[in-house]
Amino acid sequence: MGVLKLHGHPYSGATLRVLSVLHEKGLEFEFVPIDLATGEHKKEHFLSLNPFGQVPAFEDGEIKMFESRAITQYLAHAYADRGTELLFKETKKMAEMSVWAEVEAQKFDPPAFKVVFELILKPMIGGGAADEATVAEQQAALSKVLDVYEARLAGSSYLSGDSFGLADAHHQPLAAFDSRPYVSRWAADILSRPAWVNALAQQSNAP
Amino acid sequence: MGSVNVYGPPASTAVARVLACLLEKEVKFQLIPVNMAKGKHKAPEYLKIQPFGQVPAFQDESITLFESRAISRYLCDKFADKGNKGLFGNGLLERASIEQWLEAEAQSFNPPSSVLVFQLAFAPRMRLKQDPAVIEQNEGKLAKVLDVYENRLEESRFLAGDDFTLADLSHLPNAQYITGTDRGHLLTSRKNVNRWWEEISSRPSWKKVVEMQKAPPS
Repeated sequence: MGVLKLHGHPYSGATLRVLSVLHEKGLEFEFVPIDLATGEHKKEHFLSLNPFGQVPAFEDGEIKMFESRAITQYLAHAYADRGTELLFKETKKMAEMSVWAEVEAQKFDPPAFKVVFELILKPMIGGGAADEATVAEQQAALSKVLDVYEARLAGSSYLSGDSFGLADAHHQPLAAFDSRPYVSRWAADILSRPAWVNALAQQSNAP
Repeated sequence: MGSVNVYGPPASTAVARVLACLLEKEVKFQLIPVNMAKGKHKAPEYLKIQPFGQVPAFQDESITLFESRAISRYLCDKFADKGNKGLFGNGLLERASIEQWLEAEAQSFNPPSSVLVFQLAFAPRMRLKQDPAVIEQNEGKLAKVLDVYENRLEESRFLAGDDFTLADLSHLPNAQYITGTDRGHLLTSRKNVNRWWEEISSRPSWKKVVEMQKAPPS
């Protein structure tokens, strides 16, 4: 394989998702910061890496990719023999993890992101105060999802299965502690992983 | 070995996605109706196999799955040697490209197109009021996504490369509904998107799904 490059922003959840997996795999890579504030992600050069104009974008030699969850899948497969095992070899176990990876993408991320956007990001970028109606609505939606997570985690150490896997890693950017006992225990576990701590350390390199 | 079970109505875009995959892979299946009008998708027995109370749910012997894209990936994995063998690519590089465009479908195409499917195709049937502001907003979002697709499909016959893959298939259900409404021009007025749409929707497997959607409910 070639030189690994991750183009992104250290405060972007999607960028952090890939950083986490790069660290889980113990891979050396170059981090190329993209200046979102000046619209670098909408300029020609970046658009050639991700035509949707979103961070992150990724290169492995000649291979160019976008979509954080596709990049992490690629890394998990291409570097299966390195670092943490993030996939399951058995078809059934892989399929069960795949379910929860889709749940993260389809059910967890939308409301979780909207809550974080209203409460944290919007004020940070000068977008005004949080829209309380949106926050309430999205927190209610997220609550329903976390009820299902609580039941799943009562019977399984991780969402992925009996060991930490890609589906759990995908949650790290937006996971938070919660009053639900199993969800809380799982969130504490995945957020304390050294690879996640290393991913977050990219934020202290930010200008 | 018997057939796999799929729960839910073919009219559901997510169920249709799984049906398309089953037909491409030539996997025998039984379609089990779920009477959503009577709230059967929220009944305790159903929640055991789909805890979010949505369709589809899926069973193959001892495996129970949900989320249409997870089911589709499983079908490609387990039945790799059946039907369309290239549906999930051959090897790491092809697969990476397919995963990328599958995620683009899930993250960029699906959200605005799902809203339009609901507003334009389902709300009228359910006698619910349409929201013109929501329609306009999501038309705008979908148009931006389709501009990216238009460029991509200029240089590539299908989204992930030269062959039809799961990435293209995943778009079929929402695109089918939208092209049946007066917003169909979003796809058909874009030269390459239209060419791609015509090609993927004329596959026999997809035509069969559309037939199943038109059949009277059992």
